[in-house]
This record gives sequence, structure tokens and C-alpha cells, in this order.
Amino acid sequence: MDKILLMLAHPRFEKSRANKALLTAVQDLPFVTVHDLYELYPDFNIDIDREHELLTQHHIIIWQYPLYMYSPPAILKQWMDLVLELGWAHGPDGNNLKGKLICNTITTGGSTESYGPKGFNNYRLEEFLRPLEQTALLCKMEWLPIFSIQGTYRHAPEHYSHYGNQYRRALQYLAEETIDLTHIRKHPSLNEWIASTEKQDKP
Amino acid sequence: MIDGFLYQALVYITAAVICVPIAKRLGMGSVLGYLIAGIVIGPSVFGFIGKEGQDIMHFAEFGVVMMLFLIGLELEPAHFWKLRSRIFGLGGLQLCVTALILSAGLYYTFGFTWQAALGAGLALSKSSTAIVMQTLKEKGLHTTRAGRSAFSVLLFQDMAVIPVLALLPFLAAQPGHSSGWAQAGLLVGAVLAVVVMGRYIIAPFLRLVAAAGLRELCVAGSLLIVIATAYMMKLAGLSPALGAFVAGVVLANSEFRHELESDIEPFKGLLLGLFFIAVGASINFSLIAQQPLTILALVAAVLTVKACVLMVAGRLFKITLDQNFIFTVALSQVGEFAFVIFAFMGTLQLLPGSWIDIMMAVVALTMSTTPVFMLINERLILPRFGTRKTTEQDSNDIDVSNQVIIAGFSTFGSTVGRFLRANDIEATILDNNSEHVELLRKMGFRVFYGDATRLDILHSAGASEAKILVIAIDDQTTSCKLAATVRKHFPHLTVLSRANNNFDAYALMEHKVERVYRECLDASVRLSVDALVLLGFRRYSATRAAQKFIAYDEAAVQKLAQHRHDQKQYIHTTRQEIEMQEQLLANDRAAIHNLNDHAWESNNSDEMEKGTD
Repeated sequence: MDKILLMLAHPRFEKSRANKALLTAVQDLPFVTVHDLYELYPDFNIDIDREHELLTQHHIIIWQYPLYMYSPPAILKQWMDLVLELGWAHGPDGNNLKGKLICNTITTGGSTESYGPKGFNNYRLEEFLRPLEQTALLCKMEWLPIFSIQGTYRHAPEHYSHYGNQYRRALQYLAEETIDLTHIRKHPSLNEWIASTEKQDKP
Repeated sequence: MIDGFLYQALVYITAAVICVPIAKRLGMGSVLGYLIAGIVIGPSVFGFIGKEGQDIMHFAEFGVVMMLFLIGLELEPAHFWKLRSRIFGLGGLQLCVTALILSAGLYYTFGFTWQAALGAGLALSKSSTAIVMQTLKEKGLHTTRAGRSAFSVLLFQDMAVIPVLALLPFLAAQPGHSSGWAQAGLLVGAVLAVVVMGRYIIAPFLRLVAAAGLRELCVAGSLLIVIATAYMMKLAGLSPALGAFVAGVVLANSEFRHELESDIEPFKGLLLGLFFIAVGASINFSLIAQQPLTILALVAAVLTVKACVLMVAGRLFKITLDQNFIFTVALSQVGEFAFVIFAFMGTLQLLPGSWIDIMMAVVALTMSTTPVFMLINERLILPRFGTRKTTEQDSNDIDVSNQVIIAGFSTFGSTVGRFLRANDIEATILDNNSEHVELLRKMGFRVFYGDATRLDILHSAGASEAKILVIAIDDQTTSCKLAATVRKHFPHLTVLSRANNNFDAYALMEHKVERVYRECLDASVRLSVDALVLLGFRRYSATRAAQKFIAYDEAAVQKLAQHRHDQKQYIHTTRQEIEMQEQLLANDRAAIHNLNDHAWESNNSDEMEKGTD
């Protein structure tokens, strides 16, 4: 049950570097199901029953996407609108997602510093995700800190493999260890959580 | 020699080119056009071609030879097996009963010897594959139940020619004479020779020709096979058409089947036309003038007997009334093999020469009646007794008029109808295939039977109240005609039309149809998307490229259609098709409609959040 559903939403994955590095690092993990939305639904005609089944079969849901115009790509919104039905995902009887973990893996062109009151983009990355966060809460899911690569245009290839390894370790930990949600939420991002957890583990 | 040939060619082709279009325009079909052309140039009217009538027939028979070769080719064993009950049941019943009745009639009425009566009866029981297939195809009826049943009967008759020709020498032979056996032996031997040759000489020969890789050589090779077989049979004193038929059957199972078919098809049409002209020319009107009563009585009797037997046989095989009318009328004439059989009976002296001439005239006359009767059946009989044009409206149905009319309910139209129905939109359907109509009515569709281009049918289908007309007819000429009629009489209708290809699309656009859907476009682009995905492209990117390509292509066709020169009758040739493809390809290179657009890209240097990675 502790399996991870990795939903990739990238309209131009063939040109991607960051998302490709992240996906390559985790796609062979036995407990990860990669679910490539743009490849499966090029016409946005999402198969709702199939999505429900996949969601039921997994405990951890990851939305992985590049931030574009401060939001996830269009297909993820389409997916949310169609799949998260009243009476299935939310509402008095909609308990199918209750207690599942939800995490966003995000790449941004802008650097970490540009996201904040003093930065070019004015708001913190988390603030741009409020609609997603509230949707997750509506569906009674547990919202986790994000995993991110920021300032992607400035990274050299070895940076990507560093992020890839970090991502892989984070997913492994989430899938295999007992998770203390309060502890994770003390960290601003999954990147920092996995880094500090590993430091503690190593004596 | 050359002069003679050129003169004859001139006469034939001129007659055909003048008469056939007129006949078609008058709704008579090309066969009747050719026949009239033959009568006009024949000895009875202008006499441009006269005394050599016999020779004309021989040359013209070559069209029949080609056609039988093609029919033989269509006889794949699997296909044949599927049709077996109809071929042997329906065909056998028709042939035996008709031959028996006609033979008895000749025996008792005209005092034929029983042998002559039997031979003549068998000859007269055949129908004309050439006329029937051509007529049915032209009217688009060859795929209906009537058309397929007619084909089965014709097939049986063509096969039956072999034993009939083998039988005749026995009928002619005096007791104790051995010539019957010799003749029959010769026939069986020749047929066997063709079979063996087909297997062991022709197929390897074709492989050799195909290896040369020249298209025209393949055509020549195909022609050579037909001509050689025909010549051989002729040398053996047998029917060339029969030999070609057997050769076709033998080659039906070879890998060259489709190649041969497409190589010979164009010659077949022209030579069949020649055959029909020759039939027209060979009608001996002076003989008819001498013995009008005998001949006309014979014609009437033969047609009546054949029609009655066909009607009953069709009934027994559960053909519906409309289809049975078509089936009966189509097969009511006597066929070209009757010429062969009567000629053979002449050489065997089974029947005196004067009777042979009369019989030949009877055969030719019955042939010329078929197109006329088909016309009468279509215009007068079927509308009255056949499938009703409109359903009787239920009392609660009177005020309901559908917003959509679909003309033509083949695969294309039925898909449209099904999709609309799935979304609770009922359409009124126009179709000219009575079988479709019966089925659709059973399924609860509102169906009108008949020619959709006719104003009265459009009116009764509710064209004045409808909003949308979907033209889903297979035949493009009919589509254009319908579009023109609708533009003139029902300008409020939005017309959505199917087009087979770019040229048809142009033609429709010229008739002011704005929404033209080329049936091949969407499917071929969808296929290409899958091809790109198989090559490793992302499906979403390929899909976007496809959507752009379709939009671009539709715009390109619209543009080409506007710039097309103002020819009224646009003749579609391969060269023009190529020119147009070249034009499209040249424009393709200039236009950007591939994956290289700038969506989801950004300027790397600034911090603006517009990029992806």
C-alpha cells in the first residue's frame, strides 16, 4: 500500500533537463508508479475511472511539474477538476483520499531568492500553491512540504545529479520508513528535511 | 488497311462519344447509349459499318473475353465457398428451370428437334454478364442484395458454359458417330491445358515480368496472357471467353491477382463498349422486318419466361420485393454466350442457318431491352410497389421535424447518424439502397428512400424546416448536384459535406459548400501522430503538431480552391493531382506547423518566471 504515485505534468518533457534528471533518478524504484499525464491524455480527455483506481492503489501522491506563469501546467488543473469529484474525493461521503500524503515536486527557472517579499517574484513559492494546498485539505489529504529545484537555468549537469540523488533518497525514505508528519512539516522543504534526516542518521 | 482501321475507329469512337453522354444525361445508362450508337452506325440506319458485321462481333467479343477473365480472377476459393449456396442454389435453379421451359416451348411450338431445342434453351437461359454488371455498377446497385445475387447467378451461368459446350457435340452426333467424343474431349483437354499452363507457365512467367520492374511491361504481360489464352482456344475451335474465364480462375489464387485486375480494367471498359456497339450494329432489322411476329413473339416469350423464373427463384431465396424486382429485370436478357453457343450449334449443324440468324436477332433484342426495363422499373414500378418513399407518419410524429438531414447512409453517414443519436439528436436519413432503408426503419430511424438530389424528396424529408444537411454520399458528382440543388432551393440550410479527396473538396467549395470534410485527412494525421510516437516523440507534442497541421492544411486547400482557374468542368487527372501535391509541399516547407514553436520557453537571462525545465 505504501506505494508512490508520481504524476508527471510536463507539456514539453523532451526539452526538459531538470524534470528529466529527477524522473530518471526515481523511475526504477519498485514502489514508484510513474503516471505521465501529457503522454496519456494529449487531448485532455482524462479517464476518470482509471485515475480513481490509481489513486486508490497508492498512498503517497506526488505532483511533479515545472512552474509556468506561477501555476502548474494546464493538464494538472484539468485533472483536478475532473478527477477530484464531489462524493468521491471530497464532501461528506468523499473519503477516498482521506489520509493520503500529497507532495509537489516543482522546478522553477527563477532562483530561490527571487521568490519572496524582496525578490523579483514578490511571493514565496508556497504562496503560489495555496489553491493546490486548499484542494488537498478539502480532500482530507496530508500536505507535505515541496521538493524543488530552483534557478534551473544556472545549473550545471552535476547539480542535477545531486538533486536526482536527493529526490531518490527522499522517496525511498517516505516509502520505507515510518513517517512523522509533524517532524517533516518543521522543514521548509523536502530537500532540507531529507538532508537533515540523513545527517542525524549518520552517527 | 490502316485507312480502314482508322475509318472504323473514327466511326466507333465518334458514335460512342456522342451517344453515351446523351444517354447518360437522359438517365438511360451507358449500355443503352452504346447500343443506340451501334444501331445508328450499323447497316440498318447509316450503314457506316456494314457488311463486316461478323468481323466486328469477333473483335468486340474481346471485351467480353477480358471481362470474363476479370470475373474469373475474382473467384477466390474462399469467396466462392462463401457464396456457394447462392451460386449453386439460385444459379442452378434459374438455369435449369429456364432452360427446361424454353426448350419445351421451342420443341412444341416451332417443331425443333429435341436436341436443337435443348441446345437453344440452354443458350437462351444465360444472361449477359457484361450488361448486368455494367448497369448495376453504374447505378451503384452492385453491392446490394440484388446485385450480389445477380453476380452469383451470372457466375453459375458462366461456369455452366463449359459443360454446355461439351454437351453440344453429343447432341449433334449421329448415333455411332465418334465426333461427339472427340469434340468433348477437345474441350476438356483445352480446359485442362489452360489450368496446367496457369499453374506452371503463366505464374512463373509473371514472376519474371514483375522482376523487370516496369509497369508497362506488366500491363503487356497481363494482356498477353488474355490474348494468348483466347487465341489458343480459338485455334482449338472453342470459345475464347471460356478460356479466359478458366485462366482467370486459375490465376485468382496467385499473388498477381490484384495486379492483373488493375492492369486489365481500363481495357475492359473500352472493349466492352465496343462489344455493346457491335451488338447494336448486328441487330438485323431487315430480318426483323421480314418476320416481325415470330421474332417479337420470341423476344416477348423469352423475356417473360426468364423474368417469371427469376422472380420465383428470388422469392424462394428470400430476396425482398424491391430487390427482387431489380434482380429480375437485371437478369432478364439473353447473354453474350448465347452468340457463342448458337454459332457453335451452327457449325455443328444442330440448327439450320435461318434459325440461327433469327435467334441471334432475338438475343440482341433482349439485350437492348434491359436498360429500358431497368429505367421503367426504377421510375415507374419501384416507386409504386417498392419500398415507400416516406414512412407513414404516426399521429404523434406529425409535428416532429428533425433538424438534421443526412444524405447517404453508408459507413460515413451511419457514423454521423450514430454519433448524433448517441447525443439525442435524431436525424432524417435519405438513402437509395432499399436494404439500408428497411434496416434503418426497423431501428426507428426516419428514412426517406430515393435519390437525394430530387427536389420533391428533399421537400418531403423536411429540408425547409431543417437546419443542417450532412452530405455523406459516396459519389462526388451526386454530392455536388445535391449541394447545388440545396443552395438554390434551401439557402437557409447549413451544408456539411464529406469529400473523398482534395479535388472533390474543390468541387464542393465551388458549389459554395463552406464546410468540407476530407475523409482521409483526420485518419491520416492521426496515423502520423502514432508514427511519431513510435519514433520516440512525446504524444502531446505530436498531437499539437497534428492539430496545427490540420488547421494549416484546411487553410491551404481553401486558398488553392480560390486561386484555381475558372474551369467549369474540372477534369481530374493524375498530373493535376501531382501538381497540386507539389504546390502543397512547397508551401509546407515555408509554413511552420511542426514542433518548433515557442510555447513554454523563456528568456534565460532574466528572472521572470515564464520558463520551464
